[in-house]
Amino acid sequence: MPELVLPDRLRGVEPVRSIRTPARLDYEFTAGRATSRFLRGVAEKRLLGQRCPVCRKVYVPPRGACPTDGVPTEEEVELGHTGTVTTFCVVNVQFYGQAMELPYVSALILLDGSDLPIMHLLQEVSADDVHMGMRVEAVWVPDDEIEPTLESIRYFRPNGEPDAPWDSYKDNV
Amino acid sequence: MGKERVAVVGIGQTHHTAVRGDVSIAGMVREAAQRALDDAQMTWADIDAVVIGKAPDFFEGVMMPELYLADALGAVGKPMFRVHTAGSVGGSTAIVAQDLVASGVHRRVLTVAFEKQSESEAMWALSLPLPFQPPMHAGAGGYFAPHIRAYMQHSGAPDHIGILVALKDRRNALKNPYAHLHEADITFDSVKDSMMLWDPIRFSETCPSSDGACALVLTDEAGGDACAARGGNPAWVHGTAFRSEPTMFAGRNQVNPRGGNDCAADVYRQAGITDPRREIDVVEMYVPFSWFEPMWLENLLFCEEGQGWRLVEDGVTRMDGDLPVNCSGGVLSSNPIGASGMLRFAEAALQVRGHAGEHQIDGARRALGHAYGGGSQFFAMWVVAADKP
Repeated sequence: MPELVLPDRLRGVEPVRSIRTPARLDYEFTAGRATSRFLRGVAEKRLLGQRCPVCRKVYVPPRGACPTDGVPTEEEVELGHTGTVTTFCVVNVQFYGQAMELPYVSALILLDGSDLPIMHLLQEVSADDVHMGMRVEAVWVPDDEIEPTLESIRYFRPNGEPDAPWDSYKDNV
Repeated sequence: MGKERVAVVGIGQTHHTAVRGDVSIAGMVREAAQRALDDAQMTWADIDAVVIGKAPDFFEGVMMPELYLADALGAVGKPMFRVHTAGSVGGSTAIVAQDLVASGVHRRVLTVAFEKQSESEAMWALSLPLPFQPPMHAGAGGYFAPHIRAYMQHSGAPDHIGILVALKDRRNALKNPYAHLHEADITFDSVKDSMMLWDPIRFSETCPSSDGACALVLTDEAGGDACAARGGNPAWVHGTAFRSEPTMFAGRNQVNPRGGNDCAADVYRQAGITDPRREIDVVEMYVPFSWFEPMWLENLLFCEEGQGWRLVEDGVTRMDGDLPVNCSGGVLSSNPIGASGMLRFAEAALQVRGHAGEHQIDGARRALGHAYGGGSQFFAMWVVAADKP
């Protein structure tokens, strides 16, 4: 190998071992027919799921097909705004790009009448008091701020009902 | 035409650490590959094909790194394959390499897996905001913590089980010079008092972020016989299996996923194992958060559902127990993500070759290597043994 001779101005300069190059990706997301219908419902403060004609399970947000049976889910089901915390975690960890204030409770919430929990934020309750089976309700942003996104639900909060029994949600954890 | 018998005749890995600032990705993978070739007493020219795996390209931000690593891995002019199965990739990569030999396509295959976490942002890459969803995601820990809580609730396991696993694996790592973490001072209380990152997961119950690579040389039966003839103790492959399942469907059991169950049943059937608890001598399983040890003990059919934590509590999975798990220190002590699955496969092979050094289980004849990835949805396993199948 030829000997490397550094110019004078680089003598004694700390060698570069790595460089940081932030990457950014912007893309158009096409929600698809079923999710578009769901999001338009959200913009009207309605939660619309779809039922599989074979296994009768209700998916919200719907994807238009049942992943188990591979058939279209055309029957629409309107769901209430209450549900059960099937399980959860309390996030205390700070990381690059994080958008949430710490700590926060990330909960899997099974909306009444549906068969697959959604992940959402739980507030108006101390993290120590959150537990599996807790009954909760959606708190929406003000009507004039509602957009076709699940962020239109600001968070869920306990609704004071007695806990759901384990057997009622154990297959959805 | 029958299936060709496959032997593991070369194993190499790097000293896993937080930052390998002295080498590029290419230098790091070559280091592991060179060690595997040395172990196999081969040169680059002896290799017919290369199979490489790593976690998603998003991590280091290098698209299709297999293309630029072809030079470093001696693969120019030879067939090279890339495997993608998230965190389980190290395992499935080894299986693809195995299949190339078993099918008779190639006689000697080099397989390599790696991650250079110091050059990536794994937490960020695993927490990307999804369109029309609140930005709730908090890395792998944020995903798995609720399922660990569900396991604790469902099985009635006491809180200290996760601590016992972390303590065991980190102490085992003290016997493994390649492990990233060597925490000689770790105690039950230091684990217990470490910060709750994603309650119920503590800092000391969480895998580190590592730079590292692992490589294997696999050969046909003649290659295995030659290795045995010179006292190289090949490990023979007795079964391989992978399975996957969708991330989300109604009724999915994320604590004890069907994909893992089916994968284990398949690999045991191939290896002629009917009672894994008795017939497997040592296990290397993918445990990135301590609670996955009891969960996977159940998923891998070593005990009844809900009983895995009792094996941990009774010391069964310690090096002096009757089913030692992660004698190398496991993922909890070293986590170069893409390589972590292959390290499990490699450590299983090291045990049956009698080459595991200070963390060797005396007389280990048959071992299970296990990897999982994604949202507990990709599974890869192999059974290796000191004897031919």
